[in-house]
Amino acid sequence: MRLYDVDLGSRLLLGTAQYPSPQVLTDAIAASGCEVITVSLRRESVGVAGTNGFWPLVQATGARILPNTAGCHSAQEAVTTARMAREVFGTDWIKLEVIGNADTLQPDPFALVEAARILCAEGFEVFPYTTEDLIVAERLLDAGCRVLMPWGAPIGSGRGLRQPDALASMRGYFPDVPLIVDAGIGAPSQAAQAMELGFDAVLLNTAVARAGDPVAMARAFGQAVAAGRLAHEAGLMPPRDMAVPSTPVLGMADLRPGGLA
Amino acid sequence: MRIDLNGAATEIVARTLADALAELGYGGNALATALNGQFVPAALRADTPLRDGDRVEVLAPMQGG
Repeated sequence: MRLYDVDLGSRLLLGTAQYPSPQVLTDAIAASGCEVITVSLRRESVGVAGTNGFWPLVQATGARILPNTAGCHSAQEAVTTARMAREVFGTDWIKLEVIGNADTLQPDPFALVEAARILCAEGFEVFPYTTEDLIVAERLLDAGCRVLMPWGAPIGSGRGLRQPDALASMRGYFPDVPLIVDAGIGAPSQAAQAMELGFDAVLLNTAVARAGDPVAMARAFGQAVAAGRLAHEAGLMPPRDMAVPSTPVLGMADLRPGGLA
Repeated sequence: MRIDLNGAATEIVARTLADALAELGYGGNALATALNGQFVPAALRADTPLRDGDRVEVLAPMQGG
């Protein structure tokens, strides 16, 4: 898989929040096989400067960093956050989130396009968190985005793919654009479903971090994503409306007591 | 002067953003700064004067999804 001219072996992108401990986080990253992890920027308290061990920890994983603009509710906030993230993390990659509603955490597509246009012009490589709306997607591509990240379900909800038909349409409409299902994935089966639909990757966090055993779940997601991709490449059988016997009917014995006569 | 540092009123003596960070004890950590909602690159902090009532944000890497 290639994202902004970077070749990646794994099609799973993993968030770094909500893990029970730093050790579990690093073990989960390793177990998942993911090569890209998401991070954020938050206020650094006075007096505890130097105690933030998170950054050295994630650097040590060797994973590529995808900073986010989580929590931003306007294009201006998101753009400023992206500029700050580029300096701290030393990458042009930015997961662009502009939230339109505090309850649903759904993207504000208007502000998203506005922010994407500004950031792409400044040389950022933007990963926009968007909906499955095709027109918004076209506007994001016009703005300069070369990857799109439609939601599966609201962030943190674990509901899986709420609009699989719309996602399938999006896949069909943009055959050459890397598409990543971001948000709402709660189970490996849902990640596999996204991959079977032909999506290039999935990005998730809570489903691993909040699992009973996050490290085992990370491995499960890594396998599910790989299996789903392999299934897509193999070509799924077309569904049928009626049963069709899989065992040959030719050569069936006649075991009825009276025979054919 | 009194500035708003990460949402909290804070008294400082420093007159520039770079001096303020040093005065407040932010060491050589990975930090990004913003002044009144605008990003201030690290290289410009020494040349960025602070005024009474300025809003300063000091951000650091954190867990994220």
